[in-house]
Amino acid sequence: MLEMNGISKIYRTDLIETHALRNFSLKVGDGEFVAVTGPSGSGKTTFMNVAGLLESFDTGSYKLDGADVSRLSDEQRSRLRNEKIGFIFQSFNLIPDLDIYDNVDVPLRYRRLAAKDRDQRIKSALEVVGLSSRMHHMPSQLSGGQQQRAAIARALAGDPRFLLADEPTGNVDSLMARQVMDLLEQINEMGTTIIMVTHDPELARRAHRNVHIVDGQISDFRPYEPRAEIEAAAVAHGPAPMTMTPA
Amino acid sequence: MFGYYLKLASRNLRRNPGLTALMIGAVALGIAVCVMTLTMYRALSGNPIWWKNDVLYAVTMDFWDPTEEYFDSKPGVPPWQLTYRDALAVFASDIPKRKVIMHKAVGTLSLEDRQARPERVTTRVTTTDFFGAFDVPFQYGGTWAPSADTGPEPVMVISRAMNEKYFGGRNSVGERIRWNDNEFRIVGVRDHWMPLPSFYDVNNGSLEEPEDVYIPFGWNAALEIYSAGNTQGWKAEEINSYRDFLNSENIWIQMWVELPDENARRRFQDFLDNYAQEQKQAGRYGRPLNNRLTPVDQWLVDNDVVGNDDRVLVGLAFAFLAVCLLNTVGLLLAKFLNGAAMTGVRRALGASRRQVFMQHLVEVGVVSSIGAALGLALGGLMLMGLRALYTVDPTDQGGTQALAQVDMTSVATALALAFVATIAAGLYPAWRIGRIPPATYLKAQ
Ligand SMILES: Nc1ncnc2c1ncn2[C@@H]1O[C@H](COP(=O)(O)OP(=O)(O)OP(=O)(O)O)[C@@H](O)[C@H]1O
Ligand SMILES: [Mg+2]
Repeated sequence: MLEMNGISKIYRTDLIETHALRNFSLKVGDGEFVAVTGPSGSGKTTFMNVAGLLESFDTGSYKLDGADVSRLSDEQRSRLRNEKIGFIFQSFNLIPDLDIYDNVDVPLRYRRLAAKDRDQRIKSALEVVGLSSRMHHMPSQLSGGQQQRAAIARALAGDPRFLLADEPTGNVDSLMARQVMDLLEQINEMGTTIIMVTHDPELARRAHRNVHIVDGQISDFRPYEPRAEIEAAAVAHGPAPMTMTPA
Repeated sequence: MFGYYLKLASRNLRRNPGLTALMIGAVALGIAVCVMTLTMYRALSGNPIWWKNDVLYAVTMDFWDPTEEYFDSKPGVPPWQLTYRDALAVFASDIPKRKVIMHKAVGTLSLEDRQARPERVTTRVTTTDFFGAFDVPFQYGGTWAPSADTGPEPVMVISRAMNEKYFGGRNSVGERIRWNDNEFRIVGVRDHWMPLPSFYDVNNGSLEEPEDVYIPFGWNAALEIYSAGNTQGWKAEEINSYRDFLNSENIWIQMWVELPDENARRRFQDFLDNYAQEQKQAGRYGRPLNNRLTPVDQWLVDNDVVGNDDRVLVGLAFAFLAVCLLNTVGLLLAKFLNGAAMTGVRRALGASRRQVFMQHLVEVGVVSSIGAALGLALGGLMLMGLRALYTVDPTDQGGTQALAQVDMTSVATALALAFVATIAAGLYPAWRIGRIPPATYLKAQ
């Protein structure tokens, strides 16, 4: 599904160069649910943005769904984002002047789908997240958890192969966080590959696999383990042991 | 997609009505000023008496200084006024159907038996054909008899505005009125009339209003009237009396004739040339024969009636529009950048740079369309205001209509120009917002 090899990303400002990603390599298989953890400023968001084709990178190669995406035009990247990738943000990022229905409609508009098709997809996406009765509410009229569910519906409506969630539970309380997590698992079970950044070890444990980023590099890699083992490992989990970056 | 963009634009614009009003207002103001000046310019650069272009001629003769051109920039074009004695001599010809010699003066108007305050009035000292030659409308009465021109008889035509002031707008024909303490009898009341540009006397610019009162030309000699326009001379002459002045080489009289056909025109031209030839033989002319009969179209060009001032005004109006548009660009840019986070979200959800650009451009289009429509309305109001400056009566049927009858071509030009300019002005902010890497604003959250 996703294959990054030796990616580096450097932010240059007048004074300093920040190596946000260095020689970063990662492979995520079809249908996987990967949790990304790491200290603040370690490069998690940068990784998500590169993975989501929102940002370019300096060196290395990136294959998405088998196709090399390092040298695409803006039009092509936008199209891939629109068709293959769904984004969920920590701060929901619903468009405040649009009601929930119109928010979910946004990616479908850019795909130029017919009105009837759009309507169907919007309604079924809202059904999945349990917000059918709220579709004509404005974002400000919903609770944080509901807003995040609406954002998930928006990410889902286009039927992406690949969902990128950057701290999706960062702004909701723990009960809501669990609900959001349930929803993501449910989506994953339907076949969507998910990469989720989180600070919450409990949530991270529920993923198939954890990727720990420190200082722009993967520092702890564990292949798919049965959940019980992950939990066991998590209990013993101290400071992240330094292991090799997988190819 | 266009419909979607339109819907987004209207939502975005309604979200911040103050800012939206400011942008639309700036565009509207710029456009209004442009529409107004362009219309004015068109009105001024037109021929206000085009239907007489092949019969009405300005008469000019080159009596000027043999050593110098009258118009530095237009060698060969004779001065546009005549000397008194040449004007009178040529006026004697009976070839023209109508002939007008005249100048502008200033006098004091008063009523003997009433307390009405004496008032300084602009006065045209002219001949009876003035009104017929220039198609001047009358509210009451008409012009004086030809015999009154030279008599001269104490007869007067007053303007509608003066008639309102002194007689409350009633028919004042037959009433007596004093001009510089000489009693005149009113024979006619001129109706509203405002040829634009004012072409028949180019002394005072293209927006000069017609005079308040009209008296026969013969009163010059009797009342020793001097011109309120330009009097120009080139020769060192001793002038000790008004008589001397009338016989001098000073030019101050305007002359127009109406020649109904080509034959008459040729005969009158010959007449002019013969007269000039005689004068030459008498030793008066130092310059080659250069007598002209100039139709109004050419007259407006020769005399720069639509002067550089008017063109500068149009230039200024467009500069003003540019300032308004620059302001709007600033506001648009601020507004677009303000919404950059949401643009980032749209980019993440699959909007391409081009789609973001188009979405914002449609928003610019909505602003400029509303601005243009408002600007047009505002421009119309400004023109009405301008028109009111020149007339008292809104039922005016005169030449100021040229100002109010918004000329469709000039409006279309101004509008199209302004619309295109606004869109062009909006290109930059729309482009800028499209260039922002989407991640930047997502991260700023
Ligand atoms: N646009 C940018 N310009 C310059 N430096 C940047 C930019 N974006 C991120 N960085 C730097 O790159 C590094 C990685 O940032 P990133 O946002 O990926 O961290 P993060 O792991 O997501 O942190 P957090 O957990 O706080 O969200 C940081 O040092 C950050 O300061
Ligand atoms: Mg982050």
